[in-house]
Amino acid sequence: MSAPATAVSHEGKNIWSGGVSPMGASYGKLMMWFFLLSDALTFSALLVAYGTIRFANPAYEGTVENFSFSQDYWPIPEKVFEAVPFLHGVELPLVFVGIMTFILIMSSVTMVLAVEAGQRMDKDAVVKWMLWTLLGGIAFLSCQAWEWGHFIVGTDSGSTLADGTTIFGANLTINQYGPPAFADFFFFITGFHGFHVFSGVMLNFLIFYWAVVGKLERVGHYEMVEKVGLYWHFVDLVWVFVFTFFYLV
Amino acid sequence: MEEASNVQVIPADKEKIKKLWKIAGILGLVTAFEFLIAFTMGTGPLKVSIFVVLTIVKAFYIVAEFMHLGHEQKSLIWSILLPLVFVVWLIVALIIQGDAIFTAKY
Repeated sequence: MSAPATAVSHEGKNIWSGGVSPMGASYGKLMMWFFLLSDALTFSALLVAYGTIRFANPAYEGTVENFSFSQDYWPIPEKVFEAVPFLHGVELPLVFVGIMTFILIMSSVTMVLAVEAGQRMDKDAVVKWMLWTLLGGIAFLSCQAWEWGHFIVGTDSGSTLADGTTIFGANLTINQYGPPAFADFFFFITGFHGFHVFSGVMLNFLIFYWAVVGKLERVGHYEMVEKVGLYWHFVDLVWVFVFTFFYLV
Repeated sequence: MEEASNVQVIPADKEKIKKLWKIAGILGLVTAFEFLIAFTMGTGPLKVSIFVVLTIVKAFYIVAEFMHLGHEQKSLIWSILLPLVFVVWLIVALIIQGDAIFTAKY
């Protein structure tokens, strides 16, 4: 329940007549919230579009054990995403994406600890937790790079089409896993999210740098950590939804 | 840089930090539970419903606690949450649409 860094009292004042923050949040935080709201609508549109196209394609009817890739029906995600680095040929469904989820949740925790430290003007703790947050973000992006690489290159056996040709991996027009739209949505949704993570890492680095050189301390508050923190938590939030609707369902 | 030494560092509130780690633990447990369900339950509307509910539980903790929205003023909370009802409309409309495309194609 601690007060935000730039809390403004509005006792005895008309809150809409200027000079105070109408919603008890600073201008910067308010604008970040409304930006995130619009971004949430964009991600909703992408995920709902995925649902639409999935419903517009035939679903796989058989058992999970007998599943094989086909252009004729939508793949089961756990059969597509079952590779883990250094464990070639071992089927570990969703394990790697689980690791990625864990990394992102942890970096959200370190970010909230950085925000907490900033509210106490504890420069050393802000630097420490921002560094951990940065590492988490970079680790997530590295995992995603590997995942994309594996998805594009494909499995050893690939997938045989009706005309007898075998295709491996994925591009935007054809893929070994299922209908072309499956790979298109994979690239677009995880790519759009990954780009958010990338820009989040850039912003986190900026805040980390400003904290290290003492700029935020000289400004007198660490509100920038809170604003970028909101963005970073949002990136984690979006991943929670991508994880459910792209990988689990 | 001289004034840097004058900055008063407020000591950490152990209870608050404990609470943050507790929420992290909840998020981790819910994700672990999702994994358990993913591999022990047959596919069907019930499985999907459980996933959706657990996702909303995780989203609640991230937004309310990590993003601190649960402790902001009511006007801010509703300004952020209310516009999201349009997403509900979008889901209903486009799922019906997807079903219609399927019927037309197959």
